Amino acid sequence: MSENDLKRTPLNAAHRALGGKMVDFGGWDMPVQYKAGVIEEHMATRTRAGLFDVSHMGEILVEGPGAIAFVNGITSNDVTALADGQAHYSCLTNEEGGVVDDLLVYRFGPEKLLLVVNAGTTDKDWDWISSHKGDSDVKLTNQSPDYCQIAIQGPQATEILQGLTDTDLAGIQYYWFTEGTVDGIDSIISRTGYTGEDGFEVYAAADRAGQLWNKMLDAGADAGILPCGLAARNTLRLEAGMSLYGHELGDNISPLEAGLGWITKLNKEGGFIGRDAIAKQKEAGLTRKIAGFEMTEPGIARDGFDVYIGDEKSGMVTSGSPAPYLKKNIGLAFLPPEFAKPGQELKIDIRGKKVAAVTVATPFYKREK
Amino acid sequence: MSNIPENLRYSKDHEWVSVDGDIATIGITDYAQSSLGDVVYIDFPRVGDKVEAHAAFGSVESVKAVSEIFTPIAGEVSEVNEPLNDAPESVNTDPYGEGWMVKIKMDNPGEADGLLSSVEYEEYLSSQE
Repeated sequence: MSENDLKRTPLNAAHRALGGKMVDFGGWDMPVQYKAGVIEEHMATRTRAGLFDVSHMGEILVEGPGAIAFVNGITSNDVTALADGQAHYSCLTNEEGGVVDDLLVYRFGPEKLLLVVNAGTTDKDWDWISSHKGDSDVKLTNQSPDYCQIAIQGPQATEILQGLTDTDLAGIQYYWFTEGTVDGIDSIISRTGYTGEDGFEVYAAADRAGQLWNKMLDAGADAGILPCGLAARNTLRLEAGMSLYGHELGDNISPLEAGLGWITKLNKEGGFIGRDAIAKQKEAGLTRKIAGFEMTEPGIARDGFDVYIGDEKSGMVTSGSPAPYLKKNIGLAFLPPEFAKPGQELKIDIRGKKVAAVTVATPFYKREK
Repeated sequence: MSNIPENLRYSKDHEWVSVDGDIATIGITDYAQSSLGDVVYIDFPRVGDKVEAHAAFGSVESVKAVSEIFTPIAGEVSEVNEPLNDAPESVNTDPYGEGWMVKIKMDNPGEADGLLSSVEYEEYLSSQE
């Protein structure tokens, strides 16, 4: 795909002006890092604040009297448990119990939900959701191009953002949101993120992205905020033990295998697509499960590498990277459940060399509250 | 713009070579380190390993990616830059100095003359963009 065919967020020019190194990410022209580099960006988010353009994410609006029942029937978490102003993490599941996508479900009211989905799967999700509408009394709108989304994350994030809004941010609990203004711009201010840090994701009209981005960078300058690219977004989520679609999650991976049993409500009223397949899998016992590991010998495990227990090929790495804050080489892998508990010695085939690793509990990194 | 010192020789695999007698010092270019991003690990060959020209003899890993290192010169590895084990970031901050990777005792000390000059390497980079 040539550069000209790539989709661009409203902040594309801003990324280039900041020295962003642009790459093709699922059809989007996105910064993988800026001048400071992935390690500095990662550390800024852990110790101060990081700013992320996540405008490429998709937004699908579900409105109407049937909104809650409809979304409840296509996702694994229990939408009836959400209150107005609350959000949760969930999976869109298929008939076989695999994951079409992972997403956030925001409840604005009893007849209005917003689904925030991954960039590379937005079109697939839209087709999937539309095709399952049936006779549900809902109106679906793909609002992805209308929104920008900027994430401000890190221990200083709240203080920086508070300087730009009248909304009392301390009053917004984790995984709750409110509608307010940021620098005078109508925004959805959500206390969510994908870094393992405290922080917010701010949604606003796409044409206000530049103003929001620049104001947040300016407001955070004294605190040492850095713009962060996709590379840091990945290392931060991995340290925090969070799944990435296409790695730990996919059409042929169930939420249970991915370790997302906590958002898979098998007993919720009305069930959901794939519920029976997942229940059956649970009853029969899983054959693989995501486990965290760290390398105990020099080497970096990468996505797709084989994992050995003794001489037996027993699993596969789904994500692997140096962990800049922990200063270890870590990863996630599919393993037979009996070997997925912490303390299991592994060998990972790194380009023909078997290198030692050991399973550990996830998240690898947990912030102090 | 990449830094390309005039006194070095270059390969199309983005290694640089500096020759002193029959010893060639090899590292990766400023362009290569910039493309890789933050270097975190280098898998060195062993001292005494025989290497063939243009064969992979190790790898350099950044946070995001792994890239093989090719020797542009045939010979025997006489030294590896051990301090990079503790400070791999030198490859980013000083690719032509403290970021050197290996020294090779050349089988044919004239071999480096066949590599690209700084001007030719710069032209090669421009043609790749």
